[in-house]
Amino acid sequence: MTEEATKERRPAVEHSDHAVEDGGAGEGHPTISLRTEVRQHETDELREKVFELKELSVSYGDTLAVSGVTMDIFHREITALIGPSGCGKSTVIRCLNRMNDLIPSARVGGGVLYHGQDLYGSKVDPVQVRKLIGMVFQKPNPFPKSIYDNVAFGPRAIGIKGNMDEIVERALHRAALWDEVKDRLKDNAYGLSGGQQQRLCIARCIAVDPDVILMDEPCSALDPISTARIEDLMLELKEQYSIVIVTHNMQQAARTADRTAFLTVVSDEFSGSRTGALVEFDRTETIFSNPSDQRTENYITGRFG
Amino acid sequence: MAAPETTPGAARTQLAVAGARAATEGMFTASSRDRARGAVFLALLLFGLAIALTGLAAIFVWTLVRAWPRLDLDLITNGPSTLRPETAGFHTAILGSAYIIAGVIALIVPLGVGAAVYLEEYADNTRWWNRLIELNIQNLAAVPSIVFGILGLGFIVRGPISIGFVPAAASLTIALLVLPTVILAAREAIRAVPPSIREGALALGATPWQAISRQVLPAAAPGILTGVILAVSRAIGEAAPLLLVGAVTFATFDPSYFESGYTTLPTLVFNYATRPQEELRTLAAAGAILMLAFVLVMNSFAIWLRNRFEQRW
Amino acid sequence: MTVSDIAVSSAGAQARRSLEAASPRYGEKAIRAFLFLCAVLSVATTTAIVLSLLLPSISFFEEVSIVEFLTGTRWAPAFADAHFGVLPIVVGSLVIVVVGLLVAVPVGLASAIYLSEYAPRRVRRVVKPSLEMLAGIPTVAIGLFAALYLTPTLQDALPFLPWEGRFSSAVAGVAVGLLIVPLIASVSDDAMRSVPQGLREGAHALGASKLRVSLRVVFPAAISGIVASIVLAMSRAIGETMVVLMAAGAGTRDLTFNPWGSIQTVTAYIGSTATGDIATGTIQYDSIFAAGAVLFVLTFAVNMVAIRLVRRYREVYE
Repeated sequence: MTEEATKERRPAVEHSDHAVEDGGAGEGHPTISLRTEVRQHETDELREKVFELKELSVSYGDTLAVSGVTMDIFHREITALIGPSGCGKSTVIRCLNRMNDLIPSARVGGGVLYHGQDLYGSKVDPVQVRKLIGMVFQKPNPFPKSIYDNVAFGPRAIGIKGNMDEIVERALHRAALWDEVKDRLKDNAYGLSGGQQQRLCIARCIAVDPDVILMDEPCSALDPISTARIEDLMLELKEQYSIVIVTHNMQQAARTADRTAFLTVVSDEFSGSRTGALVEFDRTETIFSNPSDQRTENYITGRFG
Repeated sequence: MAAPETTPGAARTQLAVAGARAATEGMFTASSRDRARGAVFLALLLFGLAIALTGLAAIFVWTLVRAWPRLDLDLITNGPSTLRPETAGFHTAILGSAYIIAGVIALIVPLGVGAAVYLEEYADNTRWWNRLIELNIQNLAAVPSIVFGILGLGFIVRGPISIGFVPAAASLTIALLVLPTVILAAREAIRAVPPSIREGALALGATPWQAISRQVLPAAAPGILTGVILAVSRAIGEAAPLLLVGAVTFATFDPSYFESGYTTLPTLVFNYATRPQEELRTLAAAGAILMLAFVLVMNSFAIWLRNRFEQRW
Repeated sequence: MTVSDIAVSSAGAQARRSLEAASPRYGEKAIRAFLFLCAVLSVATTTAIVLSLLLPSISFFEEVSIVEFLTGTRWAPAFADAHFGVLPIVVGSLVIVVVGLLVAVPVGLASAIYLSEYAPRRVRRVVKPSLEMLAGIPTVAIGLFAALYLTPTLQDALPFLPWEGRFSSAVAGVAVGLLIVPLIASVSDDAMRSVPQGLREGAHALGASKLRVSLRVVFPAAISGIVASIVLAMSRAIGETMVVLMAAGAGTRDLTFNPWGSIQTVTAYIGSTATGDIATGTIQYDSIFAAGAVLFVLTFAVNMVAIRLVRRYREVYE
């Protein structure tokens, strides 16, 4: 597989058309009429896929929050989900580590494959899932304990053997926080600044040695300088972890992500309900320079959202 | 004023209209008359409050004064006696109460915290059995304490459990009595821990119990402890149930958990109070001071705890 | 990355990436079961209470007719010429409740309105806990105070009143009233504080005085919570034992509404009888449980009303 091969051939394009189904009394979630542009380049066929989302949909009680999401997330890449508020990007990412299980009224339809295994299979243990797929949240949420204990909590809970001091130090190094806290590991984590707390949360996540790191708008509560530091950190972390990030900041996606998915809110004419749906998913350069859907173009040029 | 019958929005509007009407009615009366009325009103309010606070003070002051002649060390070291009331004390009663309270604490902490954790962390509110559990706890909190005494008499001392008129039976009875208070306090403390802490722990691959036991409960501990202290403070003064489960004997021997013939501070005070001799009545007041002192110390401790460890999330 | 690289790394990582549980985690299931049992204990307790009241009551009513029980006006189960009309002790409880509320409602509401509408923050921080301390005083101490101080003092201070002997249920009622003041004050205070500030400000902006705002705007708005507090206080007063035992005495056998002398309440009957020497299985023994059943039903009914009222006041604002 060489670079020349990709340049010579025109990329194969897959279009998927979803038919309209009037929301009936059936089991499945009604799908929304939509043309989803999912382009895969031939080289991608051989790249390892971490997640394969197939017609993923989520409803909370009677409300269909997001529907018909089909896309792949690739190994050791940064994949960004962008879109206006309400488009369901946080809902989608929370499906990837089964955090939606915590909401009693949530029901997940369609499928998610993790390295070929069904993430929602009957024998799958959500606790095990979360050991492999970690998450960093929008608002930094360190535990009310010392910095050391924050990072050590995960390994201790999971039962990782080894020198805890080393594990903590390594995680803090990888999260680019070690130099700032090495002299005050016993201090309460709440004494750190917002940016530091978020990096602590990243260190905490790394300490359990996950395969994937999910980030739900990790920088929205932070100032621009902390944001930049975390973006640099993400690019470093990509070498070891697959990263999926939800962001409402398009420029952030453009700067950091290898691939980007654009979701939007679709209104149902009949019922007036608003549901999130995937519009376009492609390499980042393509999404931002040559999107194939008009809605994508409207969003990235600021015409709406 | 019409009672709010429809939606909350309509209720608010009705109240707002009533308020406006009430306000405008007073708009054109003489202001000096209004000020006089206002002053009288405030005086009445303060008078009512003063009655309550004076009553509170009177109880403390009178009991202290009445008990004064007997506030000596014999009170704590000597056992009860009617033959020599001048030197009689509460020793066996203090021990009896202490044993019972220790038993109560040993029961209410695991059972109360356990029930609170279940209701807050595991229970799905739509299931009927969980709502039944909550309804029961609410009801039990309002059942008179003497009914718990009946439960103790009919069920624990006799009946199915049948351990006899022993301190262990009293511990169990009183534990059941104060359990709703502990459950309520523990639930509030657990609820105050932000969901982000729980989510953060779970997202790292911790099991639900690990997240609860290693993060949520430690964070809720001060609130839970405060609840337990307040429950204990209440338990020490509960005489009515104790009357029914065998704590009235004039015990001169030190107590033991499964031997009958024990007495407690509140029941002994009650016993002394009903006797005609002056010295025994003074003794009763002295016993009351012991209980008041204990309650004061416990409540102050709880307040201090709450202030010291109040976590601002 | 070459194709072979991908193949090798994915094979090695396959085992690590298994999503099934590493161990069956029996510990978690056992803990959950234990926690559930702790919660179910409440249901078990209620069941036990009902059973311990029900079974002896059934044997009681095998010998005593329900009609005589509910309508008879003489309560004398321990006497040779036994009577089993429960009205005297029920009325006794009600007399205490009425006197108690006569004291507690004005004092409690006055304190509540002051705390909620007038008190500066620093005063409130001292006064509110002090009032709650009143609720924490052991009832034996209050009973002692009522019997040894309040009764003789009031009898000396107001000799023109028709006192009868050293017991007086009026004084006991006053003491019970003092004891329930914090209930009314606290719950009413909470109810009034949850009235939105906007209502007060709107009335003030129209020129209403503070008196008017408190009485004609805030008080009616919080009325559900206030009534709930009074009902809760009623329930507490019905269930009070020690104060009435010590200050209201053993009462007469016959029905009376006279508060100046001794009256026996349901709770006092239970308390004094159970401490006596009564053989199990006798009808006097069973009468304790029959009285207990009456008490339970009374307080249960009152509590249901209170709960419904509290729910209603929460609905309006939350």
